This record gives sequence, C-alpha cells and structure tokens, in this order.
Amino acid sequence: MFGMLSPILKNGLGKPATRLYPFEKREAFDKARGQLEIDIDKCIFCGMCQRKCPSTCLSVEKAACKWELNPYNCIICGVCVEACPTKCLSLNKVYRTPVYVKENQIKIGKPPVKKTATKENS
Amino acid sequence: MGERRTVIPFGPQHPVLPEPIQLKLVLEDEKVVEALPQIGYIHRGLERLVKVRDFNQMVFVAERICGICSFQHAMSYCLSIERLMNIEVPERADYLRVIWSELHRVHSHLLWLGLMADAFGFEAMFMETWKIREAVVDMLEATAGSRVIISTCQVGGVRRDISPELLQQIVKLADDVQRRLKAIEHSILNDYTIKKRTVDKGIISKEQAWKLGAAGPTLRGSGVKWDARMIGYAGYKYLNFEPVVETAGDCYARTKVRFREMFAALDLLRQAIAKIPAGEINVKVKGNPEGEAFIQVEQPRGEVTYTVKANGTKNLEKMHVRTPTFANIPAFLTMLPGCELADVPVLALTIDPCISCTER
Ligand code: SF4
Ligand code: SF4
Repeated sequence: MFGMLSPILKNGLGKPATRLYPFEKREAFDKARGQLEIDIDKCIFCGMCQRKCPSTCLSVEKAACKWELNPYNCIICGVCVEACPTKCLSLNKVYRTPVYVKENQIKIGKPPVKKTATKENS
Repeated sequence: MGERRTVIPFGPQHPVLPEPIQLKLVLEDEKVVEALPQIGYIHRGLERLVKVRDFNQMVFVAERICGICSFQHAMSYCLSIERLMNIEVPERADYLRVIWSELHRVHSHLLWLGLMADAFGFEAMFMETWKIREAVVDMLEATAGSRVIISTCQVGGVRRDISPELLQQIVKLADDVQRRLKAIEHSILNDYTIKKRTVDKGIISKEQAWKLGAAGPTLRGSGVKWDARMIGYAGYKYLNFEPVVETAGDCYARTKVRFREMFAALDLLRQAIAKIPAGEINVKVKGNPEGEAFIQVEQPRGEVTYTVKANGTKNLEKMHVRTPTFANIPAFLTMLPGCELADVPVLALTIDPCISCTER
C-alpha cells in the first residue's frame, strides 16, 4: 500500500511532468521529420520521387513542369529525399498544423533547359 | 438457476479495449460459460498490397501493420527479403536494429502496463507508467525522427545512424527507466488489490499454451521457455540473453513476465551499446528477390512470422504475416470459460491485444 509513496511524493513536490503547451513549446529534435519541402528551382522533373514514394502522394508532370504533393497522404518517410538526384527535396523539423481544407501543394517550376543539356552532353 | 443463460456482447467498442474486437459472452448468472469471438471490423488487406507496391516500398506498409511494434514489423519484413536475396547486413546495422527493437519493447510494455492498471482502476499507476514511456518515445524521436512509426529499416540495413552522444543518452535513459521502474515494482507485483484481481485468474497450463499456439508473454507466463530472440536474428546473436519465464500461467504470471522483460530489454540495450562496432549501416541492394522465406521475430506481444514468396519481379508474389495477437486468441478463449464477467477485461488485457495487427 505504501509502495507508491515515493513516486507520489516526488510527483507532488516535484516539477510537473507536462508543459503549459501553447506558452511553452518543446524544441524539435535535430533529426525530427516534420514536413516535406521542395526547392522547385532545382527540380528537373525527372519523376524519381514519384516512382519511389511508397504512399503515391507525389505526382510529377514533366511537360507542365509541375510537382504536386498531397501532404496529408505523405507519411514523411524521406524516401523521396534520398532518391532525388538534384537534392532539391528536404525534410524540415516543423510538424504540420491542422487545417480545415486539405489542399494539395502544387509547385510550378521552369523547364530545366541548361541542366538537361549539360547532362546529355557529358 | 443454471439454465438461465444470457449473451452479452463485449466490444467492438468497450472502455478497456481501444480496438475493435467483439466477444459474445455466454453467461450463467455472472459466470462466463462460453465466448465467441468476432473479428474483421477493420481488416485492411495490407498483405495483398504486395501486388501494387514494390518490395522496397512494402517495408513502409509492413511497418504500418501495427503502430506499437512498427520497427519490428519492418525488420521482420526486411529480414525475410534479405534472406531471399542473400544479403549480408553490416554488423552496425544489426546492432542498431536491436537498439530500436528493444526501445520499442520497453515502450510497448509500459503502454500495456498503463492500460492494465487503468483496467482495474489504478489511475495513478497508469499516469506513472505513461510518464516513463514518454521519455522512451522521445528517445525514439531523437534517434529516428518520429515517435512511433520510425521508418528507419530498409532492405539491406537501416536508414539512419545513431551518433555516439545519442547512444550515451540511451544508456542514461535505460538507467533512468530502470530506476523509475524499480520504484513502482513493489506496488505492481505485491499490491493486495492487483494480486486479488490477477492471481489464479485465467490460468492456462503449459501444455495448453503450447498446443493452442500461444505466443510471447502468454506462452512464457505458462512456463514454456521459448522466445524467438533465442534464434539469434539481427544483432541478438552477439548478445547474452535469457528469456523471462514464469510457471503459474495466470494473469499475475503474465504481468510479471512483461514487467521483468522490461529489465531484460534495458539490459540488452546496454549490452548492444557497449558492443556496437563502427562501420557501414546499409548495403546497396541490386536485383529482385526470388524464392520463399520464413522468418520469426519476437515482438513485444509475442512471436510474429513472416512468409514471403517472390518470383524475381519487383512485386512479391505473396506475403503472409501471422501476428502474435492472432496467435493468442485461441488461448484467450480457453481462459475465459469459468471466469467472472468482471474479470473479462483483465483477462483480455493480459494477452495484450492488438487488433490492428490481428486484422492486418
Ligand atoms: S526526384 Fe527531385 S528532381 Fe526529380 S522530380 Fe522529384 S523533386 Fe524533382
Ligand atoms: S516523404 Fe515519403 S511519403 Fe512523403 S512524398 Fe516523400 S516518399 Fe512520399
């Protein structure tokens, strides 16, 4: 019966185990996987990320230079980040916030003229 | 009196069961005489996804069979593909797999302990164990980037390394968790009320447990010394490990097994961190798998088996998973007849039911 006495006293007299959330926020861990981000200027629309993505939430249209992500289907695994040849994808540390309307994230880039040209030449 | 029978549906929504399974309990007064299970409420057909996703993507599907043992599901799947393709995983990856597996075991058992305490109204214990668990889950996030489904396993090794500083932090965490568990050990294992609710309830004998194919703590609580970690998959072959066995076969024995297993897991963590070598963490995988493989892995709830069949294309032909809760249901149904209605929640919790893995 008195077995719990020491944890109870510690809990009663010590600091609270919880945080006063909106006022006191926890720092994200260095390696935390928050959201997927793209630097669209570097993207060459090769479609590698789309082929590797396990949750099929990415679609890339080469002709229209369009990169589209459904962030609510994304499982933030980071496979696309590892697969991208130009390293234009990255994961940041900030978690998604709740929304009312789930919209796809669409990025339109410029056609990768120079990059593909140099690649073909080399 | 004995003729009057009542049928009570227990679940699919029930305060002690966070997941949907229904038991039709046939009662004579307050006594259970028969229990008929009904599963299939949330069947997701994940095994069938092998036809749609390639074998590398399937790691993430396997991981989602169960949230609590996610890493071990991914690891079992990867082990089976690695066996098919004869891939030699680097030693450091083997150790990292052990570290993440044991962290999962500790947080799963703490979660279970909290739910168990909650089932018989010991709210303070529920909060205490979940408080300890929080530190473990935080460590998973610090090392892997995610709290529960950590996505760090891949065919050929692991995807992330753990830095030496973080490894030292894990050792510190293990010591801290051990100290905090010791502080509540007495109240869990010697408490009058807990003993009253668990001792001599839901007994299942050694022979019964073995014959019914029980797995994990349910099996070991009945005195069978079998733990899939004894096979020595991943890094377990380099570590000293002795399975935790109790002989009584009742709810108390199963509680004790899980409680002592946490200490064993913390010990394995310390051993693995002391021995971990430097080196690569994954190897490049070329080609597609072919053939058939069978893998057994010990999860927190018991032994999971993966059977995969591949035909040399990027999609597997068949994957079959036998999860520990599914294996424990026959044993659970054998425990029920003869018990009181009020004991059913406690009995249900001592097999640590996980319906999401049962209905993969
Ligand atoms: S893999 Fe990288 S470069 Fe290729 S389409 Fe995706 S984001 Fe663009
Ligand atoms: S993080 Fe994973 S799920 Fe999300 S887009 Fe990239 S590959 Fe797909």
